[in-house]
Amino acid sequence: MNTLAFVVVPYLCLAVFVVGHVWRWRHDQMGWTTHTSQLLEGRLLRLASPLFHLGALGVVGGHVIGLLIPASWTHAVGISEHAYHVVAVGGGTVSGLMLAAGFVLLVIRRRMTPKVFRATTRTDKLLYAAMGWMILLGMTATVGVNIFGEGYDYREELAVWFRQIFWLQPESHLMADAPLVYQAHAVSGFLFMALWPFTRLVHVWSAPLAYLWRPYVVYRGRPGNAPTASRTPSDVRDSALPR
Amino acid sequence: MKLRAQVAMVMNLDKCIGCHTCSVTCKQTWTNREGTEYVWFNNVETKPGIGYPKHYEDQERWHGGWKLDGKGRLVLRSGGRAKRLTRIFANPDLPSLADYYEPATFDKDILVNAPEGLLDTPVKQPRSALTGEPMAIEWGANWEDGLGGAHERADTDPNIVAMEKATSEKVRFEFEKTFMFHLPRICEHCLNPACVSACPSGAMYKREEDGIVLVDQDKCRGWRMCVSACPYKKVYVNHATGKAEKCTFCFPRIEAGQPTICSETCVGRLRYLGIVFYDEDAVLAAASVEDEHDLLDAQRAVFLDPHDPAVQQAAREAGMPQEWLDAAEASPVWRLISDYKIALPLHPEYRTLPMVWYVPPLSPVLDAVGAAGRDDADADDVFHTIRDLRIPVEYLAELFTAGDADAAAGVLMKLAAMRSYMRSRTLDGTVAEDLLEKMGMSADEVEAMYRLLAIAKYDERYVIPTAYTKDAAALEAQAASTSDCSLDCEGGPGMGGSGGATTATVEKFHLVADDDGVRPGRTPWKSRRSDGRLGLSLDPMPGGAS
Repeated sequence: MNTLAFVVVPYLCLAVFVVGHVWRWRHDQMGWTTHTSQLLEGRLLRLASPLFHLGALGVVGGHVIGLLIPASWTHAVGISEHAYHVVAVGGGTVSGLMLAAGFVLLVIRRRMTPKVFRATTRTDKLLYAAMGWMILLGMTATVGVNIFGEGYDYREELAVWFRQIFWLQPESHLMADAPLVYQAHAVSGFLFMALWPFTRLVHVWSAPLAYLWRPYVVYRGRPGNAPTASRTPSDVRDSALPR
Repeated sequence: MKLRAQVAMVMNLDKCIGCHTCSVTCKQTWTNREGTEYVWFNNVETKPGIGYPKHYEDQERWHGGWKLDGKGRLVLRSGGRAKRLTRIFANPDLPSLADYYEPATFDKDILVNAPEGLLDTPVKQPRSALTGEPMAIEWGANWEDGLGGAHERADTDPNIVAMEKATSEKVRFEFEKTFMFHLPRICEHCLNPACVSACPSGAMYKREEDGIVLVDQDKCRGWRMCVSACPYKKVYVNHATGKAEKCTFCFPRIEAGQPTICSETCVGRLRYLGIVFYDEDAVLAAASVEDEHDLLDAQRAVFLDPHDPAVQQAAREAGMPQEWLDAAEASPVWRLISDYKIALPLHPEYRTLPMVWYVPPLSPVLDAVGAAGRDDADADDVFHTIRDLRIPVEYLAELFTAGDADAAAGVLMKLAAMRSYMRSRTLDGTVAEDLLEKMGMSADEVEAMYRLLAIAKYDERYVIPTAYTKDAAALEAQAASTSDCSLDCEGGPGMGGSGGATTATVEKFHLVADDDGVRPGRTPWKSRRSDGRLGLSLDPMPGGAS
């Protein structure tokens, strides 16, 4: 059971994540967009969208720090366990609350604005359900377990297991003792990654940082070949005349 | 010097009767798709009026175009690169749908299926084209047609607000003796486009060969910065595909040597199309001129004289075929802008160097002449009116010369003088030498100008060379290829960079999309194979490009 959840599923999901992105990139450039709905509704979006996106950036950054940097490294540079914990839980809670608040507002906006709701596809709805589930589990893990509960040091076991996945040597028993909410969050996270390439989330990879360096006006040559000249109206007229 | 060619347009506003044929044919050609219901690549506004979208000329509000910063450098009014990226999650300058209008349609079934013998006439109800819900129609792209609602709104026209207070109050006061004219607008295909400069993805570009500004639909990621950066608000969001779309200058027609569809179908024959040569290296300096009143001359100076042998040589070195050099010499646009100097750019103060210019209308001035009890056929009376009654002139100056009333008056006087000259020439055969002197033109020049403005035929109004390919081998390949279609993909406007082609024009008139599973413009992720099995769509190049 542990092997299935913590070895098989992650690898399957990562495979779908990678292959899915390659397929989507080659198959669907036209659909690769933020799919903005600001035109249809702007007032609520002005508040909710930055809240959601900045929260999401914080949450992603927190996951990178927590999962990819081994505890021994932070100890080596002299960051105490307590200091790390305070920063991680504090930062995680603030980012998570921003993300959750933005998400709830965005979903309310999407549901309550008929124009926006009409523009919502089935994939979008699946994505919102999955994202809501992820936020719920993540906030429960951070706030429920670490602030109000007995606490769980995910860096001892969970993060080790996560890094092992990329060394191709995952030890599923490391996850066996983790609280249920952490286990669920981890497995759901991989499933979420598998969903990623098929949703509007692909716009994340198009974050336009290159804009900071490129020249303002872009010139491009006409693609393809020149078309042949079409007949002028006088040609058309003359050819219609009886001879 | 870096010579480039630009396909440009001039519209003679005196001849516009506001029939909207250009708008309708443009819409039928390009924006009759789901997601672009509210989009008019070509629209005709009545001026004075607040325009489409509402108050688009008010750059204090929308922050479109360019401005000079404290040190005299040219910067986008909406801010620099880093500032733009911080606003990418919610663009504070984006017009809402209410600023355009909510597109409506009618439930005509209620008329078709009405039972016999009704006592009341059945009435079809307007319904939102976006939600299908009943709605009240409260605004539209030409709501102000023929000064409709002007008594309530026209004094908020940004051009009137920008006028000096004493004069602008007079406009309101004299509204009983009102003036109006029509202003057809398309994308300006600017030499210094703010939309291209604001596009975070680099999806928008200006074509090297003909200067047409396009959105690469495959590269656009829907950051919607182009919409707010364009001071003319001529880039739109397709809310169904989530991508930006804009006037394409009908590039498939231009490439084939045909005029744009708006020009082709223009009832008043007021549009002129031709190419102009310009110096790309001079664009930035011309856009950065400090005094707004100098912008007009600076923009004219960017153009290169196609009759100059040195310019012709540069054009040949740039790889242009002889047809393009000939077209540049015969260009009606060059003549109207640089020879006769009667065409003016729309809002040069936006510093984008627009490439659709206008011959300002004399008719509002002539109305004023009549209202003042003068003779609108008498050149002196017209001249005096232009000098004395500043209202129409200053209004036109806000539109076309960044508020420089003398420059606008000069063009109007030239047009009035031409009319008077031709009147005496035609009625009693006399040559009014004094008028020629005032205009600083020879009799032949005036008559040539008159011919171009009044009776120029199709081939004189549209001088469009066919697209050229530097690589001759590519031409032969083209002869072998058969497909040539304006739409790159289903639901898309045909601005794709990959040069794809589909088999048929897509027309959709759904009130509301039946299937919400697939967005327009996207191929579904699964499709039926030829043997009937359902499988993943694996075509790496949608649209069937080879």
